[in-house]
Amino acid sequence: MAVKKFAVACYDTEDTLFPAVEKVRHSGYKLHDVYTPFPVHGLDVAMGLKETDLHVAGFIFGLVGTSTAVGFMSWIFTSDWPINFGGKPNWALPAFSPITFELTVLFAAVGMVLTYCYLNQIMPGVKKHVFHPRQTDDYFVVVLELNEHSSQDEAIAFLNSTGAVETNVQIAEEGWWYGNWAEDEHYELAK
Amino acid sequence: MHLKYESIVREPLVDGNKTYRQVTEDIISPIEQKPGKMWYVGFFISLILLGYGAFSVFWEVYFGIGVWGINRTVGWGWDITNFVWWVGIGHAGTLISAILLIFRQGWRTGVNRAAEAMTIFAVMCAGQFPIFHMGRVWDAMYVLPYPNTRGSLWPNFNSALLWDVFAISTYFTVSLLFWYSGLIPDFATIRDRAKTKFRKRAYGLASFGWTGTAKSWQRFESLSLVLAGLSTPLVLSVHTIVSFDFATSVIPGWHTTIFPPYFVAGAIFSGFAMVQTLLILVRKIWNLQEYITLGHIEAMNKVIVLTGSIVGVAYLTELFMAWYSQVVYEQDAFNWRIIGPYWWSYWAMMTCNVVSPQLFWFKKLRRNIPFTFIMSIVVNIGMWFERFVIIVTSLYRDYLPGSWTYYSPTWPEVGFYIGTFGLFFTCFFLFAKYFPVVAVAEIKFVLKTSGDGFKKEMAKEDEKSLDVFVQENSHH
Repeated sequence: MAVKKFAVACYDTEDTLFPAVEKVRHSGYKLHDVYTPFPVHGLDVAMGLKETDLHVAGFIFGLVGTSTAVGFMSWIFTSDWPINFGGKPNWALPAFSPITFELTVLFAAVGMVLTYCYLNQIMPGVKKHVFHPRQTDDYFVVVLELNEHSSQDEAIAFLNSTGAVETNVQIAEEGWWYGNWAEDEHYELAK
Repeated sequence: MHLKYESIVREPLVDGNKTYRQVTEDIISPIEQKPGKMWYVGFFISLILLGYGAFSVFWEVYFGIGVWGINRTVGWGWDITNFVWWVGIGHAGTLISAILLIFRQGWRTGVNRAAEAMTIFAVMCAGQFPIFHMGRVWDAMYVLPYPNTRGSLWPNFNSALLWDVFAISTYFTVSLLFWYSGLIPDFATIRDRAKTKFRKRAYGLASFGWTGTAKSWQRFESLSLVLAGLSTPLVLSVHTIVSFDFATSVIPGWHTTIFPPYFVAGAIFSGFAMVQTLLILVRKIWNLQEYITLGHIEAMNKVIVLTGSIVGVAYLTELFMAWYSQVVYEQDAFNWRIIGPYWWSYWAMMTCNVVSPQLFWFKKLRRNIPFTFIMSIVVNIGMWFERFVIIVTSLYRDYLPGSWTYYSPTWPEVGFYIGTFGLFFTCFFLFAKYFPVVAVAEIKFVLKTSGDGFKKEMAKEDEKSLDVFVQENSHH
């Protein structure tokens, strides 16, 4: 990933956050991201994010679970090792239904959580830059990405005009890396 | 102003006019302080119980299952009774977090975290019993379908007992994932306000590097909803499959089609009772009365009176069907339950499960905390007796009068049961100390629609005339 320069603005209510996000989108600045302490409904629409397709992954993993269960049990009881249970048919499909259901749920849940972790880039040991320690507490943090042409004073003045309670400029890594959360971060902007 | 409106007639879910900051402070500061004396005492007692349980289990594994009181006639005793009891308790957590999420019940936010934790610990306790009941516990992995040098010889996928293996392990895994995915953002909150290096590092690991971007919250909501959708049939399937352990056999008293719904209702009944027991203590000790309000307790008591009544109807249906079937074995089984040598267990079950929850029809009692606490324990005693009645009083007088017997547990069986209390409470004490016991992010999410302070603002809005309201909000 890359070390970049960011302009950071903190808002303390949703009432100032939404108009601010709107203004940022029309300002021409590149909106890096918005950090919130809880899911704020409508924020994804305000930012112009697309709806997530995560549930599709859940459906596909569920289908994999269903077919694994049916296929595996059918293969075992008809071909690999057929056993006579009280003269009942070897391919006892109704009796397979509880395990088929359980494996469908298991595969869908595990697969979806792994997909979720992959998409969100989260894992034990992963570290990311936190723009404000209160972004997981009570601040809504809007982060703009600055390039070499943008004036940082202008960006800050613009953010202050949107009703931010706190603004600053930070140089930070935009992606994730393996690291210890107790260690301090030091960045230098590549020339 | 928020334009999402919730009627002021509805009780606030969060009392005391909180801001987001205060919510964080109230729920997370107990984690950052040294626990009180009561915590150490409770934790130490739990460890002693756990140790006694471990010794009892060691005794059973070393000398063999003969040290238990079970015999050829009563092959399932306290062990399976306790298994079903613990699994039943484990049903409330997922019910609260999944089914109530789908029904959009806002009150789940205050109690879901602790209830889900309770589910996971209860299922852990439940799992011990069938495993050690196997006797040769070192061969326990034979129940898993793995390629082996005996053929491969596979387990019998048509057996209700194997369905149980899959159901319980899936239930445990999915509950754990659901619980932990909700914990990640709250761990990030603890991490970002941590003052000590160790805490920052530990919660940094536990939070998986969560920062709360808009996109990740969007995925979070999608994940919660789908996991809730998956868990809803799952939670119903688990106790259904446990009931198949009984219902698919040809034992009088077990071979009935009413078992699956009857077991599920009983599970929710006992699970909510256990949630009440724990939350009444937690809200008091951690001073969370504003988050786990009287309204929450009343809502859960309503679930208890509903499911308790369903269980009561099921008991009466069983009796009616035994008489109506005209099958002498079925009739005798129920006759002996009522007036046989185990009459006391049947009447304990009837009193605790059918009669006593009916008191919750009175609003005064539903909102009375000491009464609710006592009732929650009474219900769990009753539900334990229900499983004991179903298992032991169906087995002890079988088809062959020569093998009729009376079953009492021995000390390693009792010790094993006590030990699972130790395991449960050890886990719960650790949870209460190191984990946020109320879902912080979810409380903040409902705060502006259902919080006390915001409801008061709404009351002012309600009094305005329509014209004034439209004029004030038309610029939106």
